[in-house]
Amino acid sequence: MIKIENLKASIETDDGDKEILKGVDLEIKGGEVHAIMGPNGAGKSTLSYVLAGREDYEVTDGSVMLDGEDITEMDPEERAAAGLFLAFQYPIEIPGVNMSTFLKTSLNAIRKQRGEEELDSLALLKLMKAKTKELGISEDMMKRAVNVGFSGGEKKRNEVLQMAMLEPKFCVLDETDSGLDIDALKVVADGVNAMRDEKRSFLVITHYQRLLDYIKPDVVHIFANGKIVKTGGPELAKELEAKGYNDLIGEAA
Amino acid sequence: MSSEISEETIQTVKDMAGKYDAGFVTDIESDKAPKGLSEEIIKFISAKKKEPEWMLEWRMKAYKKWLDMPEPTWQKPDFEPINYQDYYYYAAPKSMADKPKSLDEVDPKLLETYEKLGIPLREQEILAGVANPVAVDVVFDSVSVATTFKKTLEDAGVIFCSISEAIQNHPELVKKYIGSVVPQGDNKHACLNSAVFTDGSFVYVPKGVRCPMELSTYFRINELNTGQFERTLIIADEGSYVSYLEGCTAPMRDENQLHAAVVELVAHKDAEIKYSTVQNWYPGDAETGKGGIYNFVTKRGLCEGDHSKISWTQVETGSSITWKYPSCILKGDHSQGEFYSVAITNGRQQADTGTKMIHIGKNTRSRIVAKGISAGKSDQTYRGLVKIMPGADNARNFTQCDSLLIGDQCGAHTVPYIETRNKGAQLEHEATTSKISEDQMFYCMQRGIGEEEALALIVNGFAKEVMQNLPMEFAVEAQKLVGISLEGSVG
Repeated sequence: MIKIENLKASIETDDGDKEILKGVDLEIKGGEVHAIMGPNGAGKSTLSYVLAGREDYEVTDGSVMLDGEDITEMDPEERAAAGLFLAFQYPIEIPGVNMSTFLKTSLNAIRKQRGEEELDSLALLKLMKAKTKELGISEDMMKRAVNVGFSGGEKKRNEVLQMAMLEPKFCVLDETDSGLDIDALKVVADGVNAMRDEKRSFLVITHYQRLLDYIKPDVVHIFANGKIVKTGGPELAKELEAKGYNDLIGEAA
Repeated sequence: MSSEISEETIQTVKDMAGKYDAGFVTDIESDKAPKGLSEEIIKFISAKKKEPEWMLEWRMKAYKKWLDMPEPTWQKPDFEPINYQDYYYYAAPKSMADKPKSLDEVDPKLLETYEKLGIPLREQEILAGVANPVAVDVVFDSVSVATTFKKTLEDAGVIFCSISEAIQNHPELVKKYIGSVVPQGDNKHACLNSAVFTDGSFVYVPKGVRCPMELSTYFRINELNTGQFERTLIIADEGSYVSYLEGCTAPMRDENQLHAAVVELVAHKDAEIKYSTVQNWYPGDAETGKGGIYNFVTKRGLCEGDHSKISWTQVETGSSITWKYPSCILKGDHSQGEFYSVAITNGRQQADTGTKMIHIGKNTRSRIVAKGISAGKSDQTYRGLVKIMPGADNARNFTQCDSLLIGDQCGAHTVPYIETRNKGAQLEHEATTSKISEDQMFYCMQRGIGEEEALALIVNGFAKEVMQNLPMEFAVEAQKLVGISLEGSVG
């Protein structure tokens, strides 16, 4: 369903190009949840940005296939239409643009790219009502400007809401647990779990094992120095928690 | 990679010329005065309009003043001196020589032009199309072609007609108010307008009347090398209310066309005037700046009576040079002035715009919210004056100026002047300058929104505080215009 092969990417710095992803190989089948864990600075967030097509990074080698479609060269909005969704570690504020306008613009932009008919305001309102109710999000949030003045928990819940509205094939969650207390974490995890089905794939990027108590992964990868260095079942996360990164990565190397 | 981007950018910018939706010319025979400006031309205009003697005298007085007046030089935009002898000062579509009695007699080509612009003139169409009907006065080059909903307005006692008609039918009102807020000698452009103004709108709302619908004027310059000098006069008598909107377009030309308008508003005791502008004059060639409109406009409102209120809202996206400062003179005690502005410049456009709030009465309040968006190689300046006179006890002003920059070749400047001669005044000024954020763009694009749409969305959000002051019917149009004006500014 999602197949990443030998993905290499670099970023331009003052001291020339710096390679951050150094050959990532990863395959996630439909319905599977994979977790990527790794120390700070390993390149985890870069992986999420590169998958989403952020311009700052240049892919120097390798490919990303989504549902048999090569998305390596696509613009970010085309990837979104192809079914890729990124839940941001730090959701961005857009002053003056309220959530309902944003969701409408987003959903219709995707439908338009897919050659589907755009939703009218009424159909959209219905959908928003249903999804906010499902996720236990107050409808008032729809009248507020995108992420402006949102608490940490509200921002992450908002990411999950957008994910639920757009119904992507492949969801990348970048450190969704950062800055969340345990109650907020549960709400977010419930939202993600409700979306799990036999077709949808998830890539959960996290620094701590804690999140994986709530979103149970099928496969766990350890990420260090720009590539996957170890792969295992859910028990790998527990092992990591017990031993720490240094031990495990040392072992892998 | 960088050379690829710049080539692409150049191409997009080139394509922009074709993006000016209103840039078509209507092929209509027109009745023009000879080129140039002289006493004879002014007599010609006055005679064409069958004006009374007092009007001609007023024009002549202005013309004589104008000859000796210097050009204003304090603005930032830079341009070649204007050759006033190179313009036509009067152009009327020929079929208007005998003014039509009803819309059925209006040249179908003219009606077509306005339909292309999205302005239905036929009352039935308007009624069928929108929930809140809007009365429209349309000015084509130098003359007013039609005013809709005359009857409904007459029943309410509201006078809404072209200024030429008002001179004929309501001379006492015109005589009393014309030049009372913007004196002939105010500045060279206003003085020129006083000498050669050809048409414009006139509104009088009688005591205690709330105007039953939005009033609107659309201006369009069609003839080559034509100056458009419209003159608008709006009077709201005691306790009345009126909301007025003007929209402007012009075809694409190779040579700069001159537009020097004067708008005067008078609000009596307890009256309120809301004046909104959506300005989309041709901005000129995106690369060279050639052919755009010189938009030199003097707009001023007088809060004559106690508790009166004047509110200006403007969305300025067009013109190669914009020079305008819609202002309020807060003479009545407890009177209020507001100025909400969005100015967008792209390509080679230059804008110098802002407001003046002159506090004379006690407890007067003013509020200024100016949002400037610069893209391409454009340059814009917010220039504003808040002046508190000695008698203006407890005067208050709040000013907020925010600039947003797109790309690294544009400029934004803020020049606020504050003069206070009363110790009890409270003045607040906030200003920010920011660049369009790549994070915001990427966030939108990750949600499937393309680059240009994302930019329009973010900019509309930035300008929201101003946009929401526009009448509902025009807010949607203005939002779309924001997107169109910024096309080609990213990538």
